[in-house]
Amino acid sequence: MTTVALKPATMAQALTRALRDAMAADPSVHVMGEDVGTLGGVFRVTDGLAKEFGEDRCTDTPLAEAGILGTAVGMAMYGLRPVVEMQFDAFAYPAFEQLISHVSRMRNRTRGAMPLPITIRVPYGGGIGGVEHHSDSSEAYYMATPGLHVVTPATVADAYGLLRAAIASDDPVVFLEPKRLYWSKDTWNPEEPAAVEPIGRAVVRRPGRSATLITYGPSVPVCLEAAEAARAEGWDLEVVDLRSLVPFDDETVAASVRRTGRAVVVHESGGFGGPGGEIAARVTERCFHHLEAPVLRVAGFDIPYPPPMLERHHLPGVDRILDAVGRLQWEAES
Amino acid sequence: MTVMEQRGAYRPSPPPAWQPRTDPAPLLPDAEPYRVLGTERAAKADPALLRRLYAELVRGRRYNAQATALTKQGRLAVYPSTTGQEACEVAAALALRERDWLFPSYRDTLAAVARGLDPVQALTLLRGDWHTGYDPREHRVAPLSTPLATQLPHAVGLAHAARLKGDDVVALAMVGDGGTSEGDFHEALNFAAVWQAPVVFLVQNNGFAISVPLAKQTAAPSLAHKAVGYGMPGRLVDGNDAAAVHEVLTDAVRHAREGGGPTLVEAITYRIDAHTNADDATRYRGDTEVEAWRAHDPITLLEHELTERGLIDEDGMRQAREAAETMAADLRERMNQDPVLDPMDLFAHVYAEPTPQLREQQAMLAAELAAEQEGGH
Repeated sequence: MTTVALKPATMAQALTRALRDAMAADPSVHVMGEDVGTLGGVFRVTDGLAKEFGEDRCTDTPLAEAGILGTAVGMAMYGLRPVVEMQFDAFAYPAFEQLISHVSRMRNRTRGAMPLPITIRVPYGGGIGGVEHHSDSSEAYYMATPGLHVVTPATVADAYGLLRAAIASDDPVVFLEPKRLYWSKDTWNPEEPAAVEPIGRAVVRRPGRSATLITYGPSVPVCLEAAEAARAEGWDLEVVDLRSLVPFDDETVAASVRRTGRAVVVHESGGFGGPGGEIAARVTERCFHHLEAPVLRVAGFDIPYPPPMLERHHLPGVDRILDAVGRLQWEAES
Repeated sequence: MTVMEQRGAYRPSPPPAWQPRTDPAPLLPDAEPYRVLGTERAAKADPALLRRLYAELVRGRRYNAQATALTKQGRLAVYPSTTGQEACEVAAALALRERDWLFPSYRDTLAAVARGLDPVQALTLLRGDWHTGYDPREHRVAPLSTPLATQLPHAVGLAHAARLKGDDVVALAMVGDGGTSEGDFHEALNFAAVWQAPVVFLVQNNGFAISVPLAKQTAAPSLAHKAVGYGMPGRLVDGNDAAAVHEVLTDAVRHAREGGGPTLVEAITYRIDAHTNADDATRYRGDTEVEAWRAHDPITLLEHELTERGLIDEDGMRQAREAAETMAADLRERMNQDPVLDPMDLFAHVYAEPTPQLREQQAMLAAELAAEQEGGH
């Protein structure tokens, strides 16, 4: 039996590979966006695609996000499978009308006659020293829009598998790429990538018994770090990586919290009206009799995303997570 | 060389990268809206086409009247009438071949009907039993778009995709004068021109965006002039002259089909009725203006041409009216039947497969419906 050598790969490389493999497998897959062609994208995720597949398959569009997504709708209506890149989280906002008024509704509007298999890639989140409009966590807007799937990977292998699944989906998928993790490395074999997981499954990244950290995307490594640090306090934390915000994997999350009896939701997005509130409510509704403490949230502050020199105070870090874990009413335990 | 010597040798020159791109002159619209009826051009028009247009206009006028009546009877939630604009609606549909696509706005149900769609299906959105009552791919009519101008980039994308696939397909997208102020109008025209997409934009300038007149909408010389800024031709046409609109649109469609890229057509017309049945037009315009436009009515214009030239007789006109009455009677009868609704449809098409969350809500509604049944409702 030959073992395949696993080489270190970055998340950005895995995403590129996913795009390339999807384009090679299906001629209806078209990549489009600002600077995605000649330059290969500002994060180089589309590097080499225009060269390999031609500019008709990987297209530098005019600089207009509503136009990019709006024309992608028409392309999907004609049977193509567009993969749209929004250059940065906050630059996706001009496309919101197309997203909310058309992309999310077209299948429903036409009683299933006209589904829109569009993948919208959005680099999101902070921690890269970006100036204003380059660090937003806009997932709550997407989650609040029925008809969209909202997916975000936290590992190199998931970046590949989830992007392939997103492109293969007959529904529109907002694919949130944690830009802070673009250069994170993992041993991963691009020749034998892990099987594509269906969208909608969370995964336990670290098993534990004391409490569950429920998180996703850029906060997953932070939570894993917090879980390691918590050992010194005598806490054995479980970390659940949601991977998909819509659909939401109630089953995996509730099973974990029923085991541990305590939960903290961690994300960069603001807390008020953010994903954590929905998640805490869902956990409470399902696990009330197993809970030893209220479900807590560690989120970004409810402020416009701060300037880069102050962002470390805003982002949920290990200490803030451990403080929250410490407030999970351990004294009540007999 | 000293600095002073360099300065001596310096010759001002244009920026190195600049070069002229497109000659704007051929893109400019004519000074006057293009007309056929009542001009010497009419002699060249195909009599069969003129008769066809006439029959469709008469049918269209009757359709508008019937749909408006249905709002008063509570059978339609709302109806934005195209009375007075029938020439544009009908010509848009007739300028396309079967394989082409029509992208109507919410006001353009008549164009969809003229393209062959069942009027009941076309009016589903406005009746309110679903959002779209037809399969867009069957007649190649996109869903009626309520958010203004947002359907224009769809038309561009579809036309672009068809061209990439090597298919001979043109998209014709309809928008009003108010819609030209939207950002999506700009982005659609820009993408279309850059991609040289086979698409035709038809702006029906009917004078008002609900209550707001064109003067408050734009300072452009005409809406057709906007084309020049994108590098596509702009055409100005009398929107009540069915023969003229048909000719201009047919030319633009042919131009797109032959790889010439997009065209922006502005049709000058007038919304004789209020914005919808829920609007009161007396608050923002006077009768004199409306009467002036009634005197330039699309049906009268064409009827005059046909009778003057002996291309139609009283019998022919009666036939057109009778066909329109048959359509109206059928529409009335079918719209007076209550639509069959299934509340469970609310969950059926949100996703290819309902999410677990939707399944729970689906079960809740099913239980509520079962309880209603038991309660004898």
